Amino acid sequence: MPDSADAVLDAKGVAKRFGAVQALRDASLQVGRGQVVALMGANGAGKSTFVKILTGVLRPDSGHVKIKGRESTVASPAGARAWGLVPVYQEPSLIPDLSVADNLRLGDTAMEPFRHWVAELGLPDLQPDAMIRSLPLASLRIVDLARALAMEPDVLLLDELTAALPTDLVARVLKVVRAQADAGRSVIYVSHRFTEIAAICDRATVLRDGLTVGDLAIEPGIEERIVEMMLGGAVAAAVTEARPGRPVASGTPRLRVRGLRTGTRLTDVSFDLHKGEVLGVVALEGQGQDELFNVLAGNRRASAGTVEVDGRPKAFSHPADAIAAGLTLVPGDRAHALLMSRSVRENIAVPLIARIRNWGAVPMREEAAKVATAVETLQIDTRAQGEVRRLSGGNQQKVTIARWIANGVQTLLLFDPTRGIDIRTKRQIYALVRDLADQGAAVLFYTSELAEIRLACDRAVVIFNGRVVDVIDAAEADESTLMRAAYGLSERAPA
Amino acid sequence: MTAMTEAPSALTRLGRLMADNPLLPLTLLLFLLIGVLAVMNPAILSLFWAGNTIKIAIPLAMLAACQTLTMLTGGIDLSVGTVATITAFMTATLAPLTGVPPAIAVALACAVLVGLVNGFGVAICRVHPLIMTLGTALIATGCLLVYQRYVIATGVLIPDFLIWLGTGRSLGLPNSLALFVPFAILIIWAQRRSGFGRLLYAIGANEEAARLSGVRVWQVHLTLYTLSSLIAGVTGMLYLGQIKTASLSLALPLDLPSVAAAVIGGTSIFGGRGGYGGTILGALILTVLTTMLTLLQIPEGGRRILFGLIILAVTALFIRLTERS
Amino acid sequence: MRRWIEANAWTLGLAVLLAVLLLATKVIQPGFGATGLDSLARAALPFALATVGMAVVVIAGGIDLSVAAMMAVASVTGAVLMAGAGDGQALLAVIAVLALGIAMGTVNGVLIVVTRVPDIVVTLAMLFVWQGVALLILNAPGGGAAPWLRAMSAGGVALPGLPQGLTDWLPRGVVFLAVVTALIWVPIRRSKLGLRLYAIGSDPLAAFRSGVPVGQTRIAAYAICGLFAALGGLSVTMSTGIGEPIPGPYLLASVAAVVLGGVVLGGGRGGILGPILAVFILRTVRMDLTMLSVDPNVAAIIEGTIMVAVVMFGAILATRGRKA
Repeated sequence: MPDSADAVLDAKGVAKRFGAVQALRDASLQVGRGQVVALMGANGAGKSTFVKILTGVLRPDSGHVKIKGRESTVASPAGARAWGLVPVYQEPSLIPDLSVADNLRLGDTAMEPFRHWVAELGLPDLQPDAMIRSLPLASLRIVDLARALAMEPDVLLLDELTAALPTDLVARVLKVVRAQADAGRSVIYVSHRFTEIAAICDRATVLRDGLTVGDLAIEPGIEERIVEMMLGGAVAAAVTEARPGRPVASGTPRLRVRGLRTGTRLTDVSFDLHKGEVLGVVALEGQGQDELFNVLAGNRRASAGTVEVDGRPKAFSHPADAIAAGLTLVPGDRAHALLMSRSVRENIAVPLIARIRNWGAVPMREEAAKVATAVETLQIDTRAQGEVRRLSGGNQQKVTIARWIANGVQTLLLFDPTRGIDIRTKRQIYALVRDLADQGAAVLFYTSELAEIRLACDRAVVIFNGRVVDVIDAAEADESTLMRAAYGLSERAPA
Repeated sequence: MTAMTEAPSALTRLGRLMADNPLLPLTLLLFLLIGVLAVMNPAILSLFWAGNTIKIAIPLAMLAACQTLTMLTGGIDLSVGTVATITAFMTATLAPLTGVPPAIAVALACAVLVGLVNGFGVAICRVHPLIMTLGTALIATGCLLVYQRYVIATGVLIPDFLIWLGTGRSLGLPNSLALFVPFAILIIWAQRRSGFGRLLYAIGANEEAARLSGVRVWQVHLTLYTLSSLIAGVTGMLYLGQIKTASLSLALPLDLPSVAAAVIGGTSIFGGRGGYGGTILGALILTVLTTMLTLLQIPEGGRRILFGLIILAVTALFIRLTERS
Repeated sequence: MRRWIEANAWTLGLAVLLAVLLLATKVIQPGFGATGLDSLARAALPFALATVGMAVVVIAGGIDLSVAAMMAVASVTGAVLMAGAGDGQALLAVIAVLALGIAMGTVNGVLIVVTRVPDIVVTLAMLFVWQGVALLILNAPGGGAAPWLRAMSAGGVALPGLPQGLTDWLPRGVVFLAVVTALIWVPIRRSKLGLRLYAIGSDPLAAFRSGVPVGQTRIAAYAICGLFAALGGLSVTMSTGIGEPIPGPYLLASVAAVVLGGVVLGGGRGGILGPILAVFILRTVRMDLTMLSVDPNVAAIIEGTIMVAVVMFGAILATRGRKA
């Protein structure tokens, strides 16, 4: 670790809270001159919040960021640039309706160095008058990086830069990034990919639960230690109450998915989900799981592949179709699922009135009974009845689930249902999921918290790069196995 | 690190109070305005004045029902004034030719047609309701002008029962209450106790969530805008009985106040909050306010500026309050 | 060359359509000539100016519902200031009206940025406010216009060296529009501000990350719209000689022309020329309907239906674009 006095960038004790969620508690990062430092952390560890604070998009609640020894007053990405810190974000920050040249002009970037870097990065044929909209995603990444390099930054912040790049371009990008560091510049490299980190980084800073838990020099075999650090004490204290193994049901599966593809991320996913089963889905961020759940819930159309429910092929053009087929989604973002300004009861009762034939008088007593059952099943704290927005995160999540309990569950699609909620509620949700399965429901359970697979699921499919790379039984699903599989480090062949 | 629970500021608490019980501060405001009016001109207050104020407020409150319902979903209906004018004009001019019941039926059918076009544009094409309803209002006005050229010679007949409803009084109270009270009860019941009413709130609060819960949003929009036009049509007939002339711009001046009444009544222009109870008070407040502006001899221009600023200020205040909590 | 044609295919298509319509007019009415063109240009002028203002705001990702009301304010202010004034005073009045337009637009923009109320709500409220202001200034049509101003949009242009028979075919209204638009828009389009307008309309987040001051740029867009609205209001006074406090049908017409002109509702795409051509197309349709001795009210219905259909079509395209 460099002495923080000579660090080009030195962040210490950074904390940030969003409402009830403490995204960062005590994050720190030191980057020395000529170094490439990897910033790592599992989903939800606080990486993206930290990146936003470093680049001035967000203001920290406490802690400080020093750049070149001075307290940073960066308040916007443009301000960060004046300090010599240039970020390249996950989504290209280029204007789709302007040409490449106009985008450069917009940010006062010189053309000549840009051309040099574009050629260096493997796109010598790029036309400056090409519209950004017309370029493929991989080229956009290169353009974004070349623009950043042309600004001659002291610190380059690269956020999941290689995620959409083909292998040959990755190699060039890595070479250029390393060369930057060798020329005395500094790079913060946010990535999930161990091979790249091993190839170009000097050190890795590991975040977990908003804390910086380690700062390691990169050396052979370091992957295991980083994985352990990202998991932290969780491995040791793994809750032992694993779901008792159940024989996998045979016969026609409740849900059969074959070769499902949509968009650029979900390329080829197949699995079976049986009645009475809880099937976990394990994936790093952006591996196609969002698209998978959206297709199954009728919120997005598949471009290839089939979905069968109880042996009958189905194609959903609206969530109502999926619901009619018994597939009900609890989305990851509660803001997408809840009527924040309405009451608990109204939230739970929406599916009951969705169809035209239910538009008339609401059978108040029957509705009250259904809602009361759901509230009781989920133990929702209904003291704040008025507006769902005033409930705690855990109770909000329970409301989104209760919506589908009220009318009986067939197939429940849970997308990261425990994100950002307290441990007690989490346990209640695991228990509920198991109960539902025991009563004959089928549950598809994506979670960003790997420990949950053991607690709630019977099996888990691991998705990497848009395809299923592994199927793991809950009994074997300890976190490091899952983590390795999720990072594509597993040696097991896909089942 | 401990989680500090912020003590809610006075403003936040006021905001919650307003959001939970919008009727309370509105009632206070209404009586405050009446009080000011009493100071300005003590002679004006009387039972007759009260009845008159209610009579004038009723068509406004009914058109504001259209705004309330559409605004609950985050929409708006700026064609209500035109629709009301069209039904009134058609009823009055067709009645001598065909008799009263067919005239009313045809007029209401025209209102429904405008509503269906609005609903089609908003629900299927996803045009912003504001643009869509302005557009249909423009076309409908053109149609009315064409229609007027062919019926101008036939004369005008305003059905007696509409005059009774619009201008008559029983026991000192305006007869229009006979239409309005059941109407208001129906709307207030429907917004809480019917599936359709609940869906309006659901779509306005979070259209995506409603969709994910299986609501086919276009069905709701199409029904809603048709219903809105139908209400506007009925209002037009009531207004015809009140004004007792068939004019080509009869109810047009009510367009803007109907939006203002709903906004003042606590219905959010972004949807998901509010209700018709507040709107009725909003319509009364506006009517009293108009009386006051007339007493002060504020010209029409000043009134429009005031209404525009009220809409803007209430909306901006609303955003502030909801962002805090 | 091919790329240029591809990029401007929509505008070229509109130009061809306009030419076809003008030819059709000549067929309908063999007497259609320089005078007809002149009256077409004069009728289209306020629509075109309103549309340019609207186009700028829509390109920047917004909408301004108050454009017609601002025109009314400008029209009555100009007419009141110019009534009985000398030529010099009238020039000052024109400058004052243009400044007023910028001020009104700036007020709209600042309110949108500061209150964070959506543009559509703010400009709806301001539509009423500006209507009220216009009525306070002038309760009924009245006032006057300086003769030189009135002459600017009527008749042919006298260009030295060209025979009058030819210059008669170039209506002053068109020249006025071209000069004004070129003087205001071309420098903006070429400058950083132009890029920024497109940038915030295309992707506000990417624009922010590229260092664009998003709020200031949005205010600038509304200020430009206000300036064009003032010009539009002046052009109303120019052609009628009086101030008109009741806003004309410019709001819907300008939205329709902007959409028909290839500017995507939602922002970032399109130019100024397309919407101007669209205005002339819509005006020519209206003129042809009149020449076919269609009842003017029926013509208004047809015109309104065309505009609503265009907006519906544009909205469908915009929804598709978001999904893709």
